[in-house]
Amino acid sequence: MIISVVILGAPYSTQAPATALRFAKSAIAAGHTIHRIFFYHDGVNCANELIIPAQDEIHLPNEWQSIAKENTIDMVVCIASAIKRGVIDPTEASRYEKPASNLKDQFEISGLGQLVDASIHSDRVITFGP
Amino acid sequence: MSVQKNLLLICRKAPYGNALPREAIDIALAASAFDQNVSLLFSGDGVWQLLKQQKSDSINSKNHGKVLSALALYGIENIYVDNDSLKQRNLSKDNLLVDTKSVTINEIKALCNNCDTIFNF
Repeated sequence: MIISVVILGAPYSTQAPATALRFAKSAIAAGHTIHRIFFYHDGVNCANELIIPAQDEIHLPNEWQSIAKENTIDMVVCIASAIKRGVIDPTEASRYEKPASNLKDQFEISGLGQLVDASIHSDRVITFGP
Repeated sequence: MSVQKNLLLICRKAPYGNALPREAIDIALAASAFDQNVSLLFSGDGVWQLLKQQKSDSINSKNHGKVLSALALYGIENIYVDNDSLKQRNLSKDNLLVDTKSVTINEIKALCNNCDTIFNF
């Protein structure tokens, strides 16, 4: 089955990104394909390269980065949600004349069309709420 | 994106206090712009989103009612409201700013069964 995942909750504030990660790993282990992870609402914070978790806690942004790399999963961060929460790539940094960018590698900033596209090309879209 | 799917967005939260209701409507507008068949269901505290005469200026928020008024412009006409949720809050369709179809729990089940993708907000 082709599955896409939507993450609405912020890491370290809600359980959503951690549960979604375990879901994605289980789905892959069971032979399913993860087509795209779409980070929306507070979920965009998962793509923040500057996140520093406590040493005895799971590093969620790194976990997402590696699962995406190992399984060639498309990870899209909604542009409207991201820039208002200060998650920006070099292009947006230059467009809005900001001194730095913080989008983590493997994540890509794009629009809601990517979510619509994911729902068209997936058998299931699973939302992990805030 | 030539494939057309039936998307159902379930809106369950009150309009202000959280950005989710607004961001859910953004998904509906985007999906409609990409020619998808979009339905909206307002349920639970989500029915408050539909209330007439919202005045959000004093809390520095965009008027959610105005956002919902744009649904018709995007050709989104399948707007449902859970009848029980209205009743529990002593509301009737006269209090609502958008033309909605009120549905029972069984009709909601059928609605969910007929959709390809459900987004829950």
